[in-house]
Formats: sequence, structure tokens, C-alpha cells
Amino acid sequence: MKTPATALVRRIPLVIVVFLAALTIPWIGSRYDTFLATQIAISALFAVSLNLLLGTTGLVSFGHVAYFGIGSYVCGILMKTYAMPFSIALPAAALGAAFGALVFGFFCVRLTKIYFAMLTLAFSQIIWAICFKWNDVTGGDQGLPDVPYPDLGWMSSVPLLDGLRIADQFYVLTLIVVMLSLAAIQRVIASPFGLMLTTIRENPERAASIGLNVRGYELAAFVIAGGFAGIAGALFGIFNRGVFADFVYWPKSAEVMIMTILGGIDYFWGPAVGAATLVLLNQKITSYTEYWPFVLGSILLVLLFVFPGGIVGGLATGANWLRRKKGGRAGA
Amino acid sequence: MDDVSLLFGQFLGGLTTAMFLFLIASGLSLVFGVMRVLNFAHGSFYMVGAYLAWQSVQWLAPMLGNFWLAALAAALGVALLGGLIERLLLRHIYGREELYQLLLTYALVLILGDAAKALWGTQQLSVSRPPILAGGIEVLGVTLPLYNLFIMLTGVAIAVAGWLVLTRSSAGRMVRAAALDREMLGALGANVGALYTGMFAVSSFLAGLSGALVTPIQSIVPGMDVEIIVEAFIVVVIGGLGSFWGTFWGSVIYGQVLSFGILILPSFSLFSVFALMAVILIVRPWGLFGRPLR
Amino acid sequence: MLEVRGLSKSFGGFRAVSDVDLAVAEGEIAAVIGPNGAGKSTLFSLITGHLRPTTGSVFVDGRDVTGVAPYKICGMGLGRSFQRTNIFPKLTVLENVRAALLAHRGRGPNLWSRASRLCCGEAEALLGSIGLAGRAHVVAGTLSYGNQKQLELGIALASDPKILLLDEPTAGMSASETHETIALIGRIARERRLTLLFTEHDMAVVFSIAQRIAVMHQGRVIAHGDPNAVRADAHVRRVYLGDAPMGTRR
Repeated sequence: MKTPATALVRRIPLVIVVFLAALTIPWIGSRYDTFLATQIAISALFAVSLNLLLGTTGLVSFGHVAYFGIGSYVCGILMKTYAMPFSIALPAAALGAAFGALVFGFFCVRLTKIYFAMLTLAFSQIIWAICFKWNDVTGGDQGLPDVPYPDLGWMSSVPLLDGLRIADQFYVLTLIVVMLSLAAIQRVIASPFGLMLTTIRENPERAASIGLNVRGYELAAFVIAGGFAGIAGALFGIFNRGVFADFVYWPKSAEVMIMTILGGIDYFWGPAVGAATLVLLNQKITSYTEYWPFVLGSILLVLLFVFPGGIVGGLATGANWLRRKKGGRAGA
Repeated sequence: MDDVSLLFGQFLGGLTTAMFLFLIASGLSLVFGVMRVLNFAHGSFYMVGAYLAWQSVQWLAPMLGNFWLAALAAALGVALLGGLIERLLLRHIYGREELYQLLLTYALVLILGDAAKALWGTQQLSVSRPPILAGGIEVLGVTLPLYNLFIMLTGVAIAVAGWLVLTRSSAGRMVRAAALDREMLGALGANVGALYTGMFAVSSFLAGLSGALVTPIQSIVPGMDVEIIVEAFIVVVIGGLGSFWGTFWGSVIYGQVLSFGILILPSFSLFSVFALMAVILIVRPWGLFGRPLR
Repeated sequence: MLEVRGLSKSFGGFRAVSDVDLAVAEGEIAAVIGPNGAGKSTLFSLITGHLRPTTGSVFVDGRDVTGVAPYKICGMGLGRSFQRTNIFPKLTVLENVRAALLAHRGRGPNLWSRASRLCCGEAEALLGSIGLAGRAHVVAGTLSYGNQKQLELGIALASDPKILLLDEPTAGMSASETHETIALIGRIARERRLTLLFTEHDMAVVFSIAQRIAVMHQGRVIAHGDPNAVRADAHVRRVYLGDAPMGTRR
């Protein structure tokens, strides 16, 4: 029998639990831990935003990095070149990325499967070419180094936060933005809109027959996913202390896709788990060897052949198996 | 008259690029047309071909005609690699969603890229031109290197040979049948599995061969696999995924767009090829010569 | 309720449907029958907007719906179930139906509410009426074939159609399953005062519930009328079984 306390605990959203746990890192961990945690948080948001397309709607986008890149550049340019505050640069980055997704997505959703994937790739390469060559605005192949930190002075007035270094303060800010974004995405997925997206994933023809304008919904998902990718990109540009064209090079799209699938596309937290795993593995492995791509490729092979459900998928299957072994309850 | 030479020179340059790309892209298009797999690792096969050619030249150094032997050895080596990959890995993933097929080939890109790096390091390598083709000829005020002419002719020769094989031979007929309906072909008793392995090996052979043949003109560097695959994608999209002549003309168009793009708007040439790819996908996704996929 | 005038569809040189006229009155149960390749499924696809007619028009409840996209036609009172089972496999039975209900009520664009709290009552009632009440939380893809077909009917009904097109509703079913399905369809049609148009290969089914029958052959309607008239029609008998008596189970 569940006591009222347990029942209450179950009602606290996982997002808040994760947020609180992650928040402790600057105090209990080293500078490096905070560095990694920031990277994980940003990558998690990027991957979860992709999964809105991949896992929820069934759209295989190979060009999601375009919106990450647009977000990075918009935020970086506004903050560095125009000295605008973060409170303006971040929403601008999200809107810019969402707008890009609207324009590109309009064309992409008219195609299916392999053609859709190729057009998303083509558009992301167009963005890359623009970022790489437009020296005046984007810094060309030199990029935009020295993007400033946002003004975090307000944190000094918050009791616990005033003792922190700036990188840690930025981590807290990142965490807040990322968790709010994740909560928003989670809400969208649980909403009727999200349910409609899953019907499109399962059976687009039938989805149309129940009255859904499939292209319209796909475009909306594309825009939302793009906007959140833009937020991740904006944060990353600051974290990385600079925005560079190689953010937008197509292997980065493959990387985020691998993160998403590694974690498990069928679960909301899957991509976040995948992001954390990949970032940590990368850091670990690159300290021993320069052959990280080889390791990544091998992980991918194992994933494809042995654990198609990803880490969380594997865990869920294991948990189900255990539950059935312990037996008793009729029906899963 | 100088302008004419300049333009003609660009045109020839574009044709050379085009034929190289055709050699590479033809394999990509073939595999997609028959097996519906878009092989990201095709560029890696190209790179491995280049490295194998270099390696063979080192081993065969004093022998006469060593370049040609090396190129052949490289192409065969890559064909073997491709066949093994198809049998051991690719075969198990045909039934699954395209995403997983793409990721498998991408995993191979990662693995082969690092394998090449481990074996041959990161320095630029090159191979000298075979002595027979060392010179050049004068055409309309432009010096056309004999080697480039050789490449152009090889491209056309393979195009014609490939076309003849596809349309006149029984193997070719099986290939075209498999492209239309693989289940039916299997039901008719054809060994579809062996056909697929063979196709993939041929495709890899072409990739390896083009890698080997590019070595006198371009240095062998890490990253050439990633660079070339995107170009190959663009070409097959323009021409039409799975269409044989589409790949040929797609290469020609791409070569000229790149060549004259650099002349007209240098900073836009990079942008323009992707824009061209996007435009084709928007307006006519199945390319100039392809057929609408169901 | 449903009226089809001069409907034709050509694929290149091949005329799949030729100059078809059809009328189904409100509340009627009508069937379209014909040998394989007669064009029945094509006709259905033309009516529901999945294919654009080459010529001709389709009217539902007096409104011209020719060539209207499937997602809009759903809102005009036309429902369809498909030949191949068409459900949302990884969603639960309840979610399948809930999605259809929400879509029909235009609540799709809602990004804020929790979908799992909406339309619960209606969804469960709908499941009850199609006999899947006990299976609400089963993943749809794991259902038996018969249950999947029931679910498909449920999804079509969720859009509150005035006329329901059923493409071979008893395909692949055993005799008892067929009997149950037909009973279910008949009951629902009566309860909701639906107009029904269905295609079938099973003649026993057709003659047991159809009030009007149209026979297609090579894209044309070669006979139509009440069951007895059709049964007696010589051309129909020739086309089907070469003069063998009709009404026997194929």
C-alpha cells in the first residue's frame, strides 16, 4: 500500500528531480564536472528537440544542426557584435531558428523518407556554406570567437549563488533554461498535439483519414523542434566561448542523431541519457586515444544490432523481464 | 580569344570533375536503385581505394606499369571489402527502417575513416602520374593534361559499358528486375542474396577505382571520404536516385555548375551546389531522369 | 446521401474506373461487388479523396466533395475503413480512439492540456460499442486480427460519420468472426442511423445485409438494384461464375 508520502513523491515531475540533482554539481563536483555537466545539459536539449521529430513524429531529419547553428550565430552575433543582453539574444535565437525551420520545413514536409532526409541535409549544408563564407556577418571560417558571457550580476543577489565562479553561474543559468525547455517539450508531447504527432508517425495515411492535415502538423513539429534546437545552440555558443562554422557541418547532425538513438527514441528521457553517455564517453575515450570516431562507430554498430531500443529501451525491457520473473501480477 | 580559352578551360575542368564524380556516383546510384540503401560509406570506399593505390605503388615501385596494376589492385581490394561488408553487416539490416540502414553505413564511415588514419597517418600522400599520360595537349589555347583526358574517356567508357551490361546481359536484366521488384525476383528462383553481394562489390569496385585514379591529381588526405560523399549525393539527387544516365548527366551538370560558379561568384560556389540540390529536391525530387518513387 | 456521377479514373492508358454512377440513400446499406481488379478499391479511393478522378464528381449529403483531400473529407461526414488493417500499432486501443475523437473535434492543435485526460468517457463508450471495452490499454499492434478490424471500425466511427465506406470488412475472417463482424456493423449502423457502403467478396455477407447492390466489372458498373434483381441478372452471372447460382459462399 502506498503511503501518502510515497504518493506525493510520485507526483513530483522527474524534470524537477533531475534539475535539483544537477544543480548540486557546482558544489559537490570539480570545475571539470561543471564543464561536462553544462555540455551534457545543452546536448540533452538538442537531442530531445530532435526526438520530437524522430521519435514522436517519425521524421528523420539529417539537418537538425542547421537550427542549432542558426541559434548559435544569432545569439553570438547579437551579444558580441551588437552587445545585446542575453535576455534578448536568447529569444531572438529561438525565433530565428524557428523561422529557419518554418522556411525550410515548408519544403521538406512535402517529401517523404529518403527525399525528406536529403533535403534536410541539403538545407543544413546551405546554412553551413553561408556561415562558412559570409565573413562580414558570421566571421566566415574564422567564426565568432570571444562571445561574451551574459550579465549574471543578478545572481549575486541570490543567497546560494553569489559565491560561484562565472562558469558555474552560467551552468546554473543553462540548467534553468534547459529544464524549462525540457518541461515545455514534455508538455507538448503529452498534449493532444503530441498525440496527433504520434498518429502521424504510426500511420500517416490513417492520420489524414481522421482529419489531420499531416503536412501542417509535421511543419509545426519541425518549427518547434527547430526553435528548441536554436536555444541549445545559443547556450552552446556562449559555453564554447565562441561560435564556429563547424557547429553546422553535417556530421554534427549525425552525432546528435546517434545520441538520440543511443538513449532510446521511444522514451522522453532517452535522448538525454544518450547525450550524457556520449559526452562522458567522448571525454573518457579521447583522453586515451585519438580514435574516437572508431569507438563511436563501433558503439553505433552494437546499438544497431544488439540494442535497437537504445539504453533506456534496454533498461525498460530488462525491468519488464524482471517484473515478470518476480511474477504474481496477471497481465503486464 | 583569351576569354574563349578561359571559358573552354573551365569547361574542360568541369568535365574532368564530372567524370570523376560519375565514376564514384555511379556505384552509389546503382546500390540505391537496386537495394534502396543510400551508402554513406561509399566515400570511404573511394578513400580506401586511394590509400590502397598509394600503398600498392610503394610495393610495386620498380615494376613497369605499376600505376595501372596498383589501381586495379586497389579497386579489387575495395570490391572485396565491400562484398564482405555486405555479407556480414548490411544483409541483416535490409528489412529495417531506412534510418537504421543509413546509420549502419555512417558507422562504417567512422570506422573506416579511423582505420585509414591508423594505417596511413594524417599526412598528405600522393602518387605520380603514369609516364604515358604525363604530358598535355593543346586545345583551343588551353593545355589539357593527358591524364584528365584519360579520365574523361574512362568515364564515358564506363558509362557506355555499364549501359550495355544493364540492357543487354542477363545479369543486367536481373539487376533491373531487382530494382523493380526484389520479392518477385526471389520468388522466380533468382539468388537475390548473391545478386546483392555482387552489386555491392561492383559498386565498391567503382568507388575504389575512382579513388585510385584520383591520386595523381589530388592528394590523399583524411576527410576526403566525407567531402566526396556529399558531392556524390548532390550528383545522384540531380540526376535521379537510381537512374543510370541520370547519374552521368547529373555529374556533368554538377561539374559545370562548380566550374563556372567559381568563375562567376567564387564565394557562392559552395552555396550554389547545395542550393541546386535543394531546388531539385523541391521541384522534382526524383531528379532529372529518375522516376517518382512510390 | 452519397451520389457519384460519371466517375472515371485513368492511370496512363489504363482505365481503372469508367463512368460510374452510383447513389446511396440515407440510412441505406449498399454493397459494391465484383471480381478482383474490377475497380472497387479504386472507386472507394476516388470517393474519399485519396485519388483524384479523371472525370466525374462525388456528392456527400448534397455537397460536392470531388477531389477534396482525405483529411478534409473526414469532417464532411465521410468515414472509411481500409482493406489492409489501418490502425496506429504502437498506441494503445484507447489512444487510437482518443486520437480520432480529438482530431474530429478539432482539438489537435492543443499543445497544453494533457491528452490522457481528454475524451476519456467518449473513448470508453466508443470502445464499448465496438466490443473492445476490456482491451483499452492493450497495445493495438498486439491485438488479434479480428480485434484490429473492430478497432479500425471504432476509429472510423470516432469521426461521427454520416456515411461509412467499408473496404472488405470481413477479409481474412473465419465464418464465426465474419458473422460477429456483420452483426456488429449492422447494429452500429442501426444505432447511429448510418449509411453504409461496403465492398465484399463474401457473397453470403453481401446478400444477408445489403439492401442495394452494384456490380462492377473492368471498371464499369454492369448492374445495380436490389439483391434479387442483381442475383438474377444474366450478365452478372456470366461475369462471376459463368451461370452458376449466386448467393453461395465463395
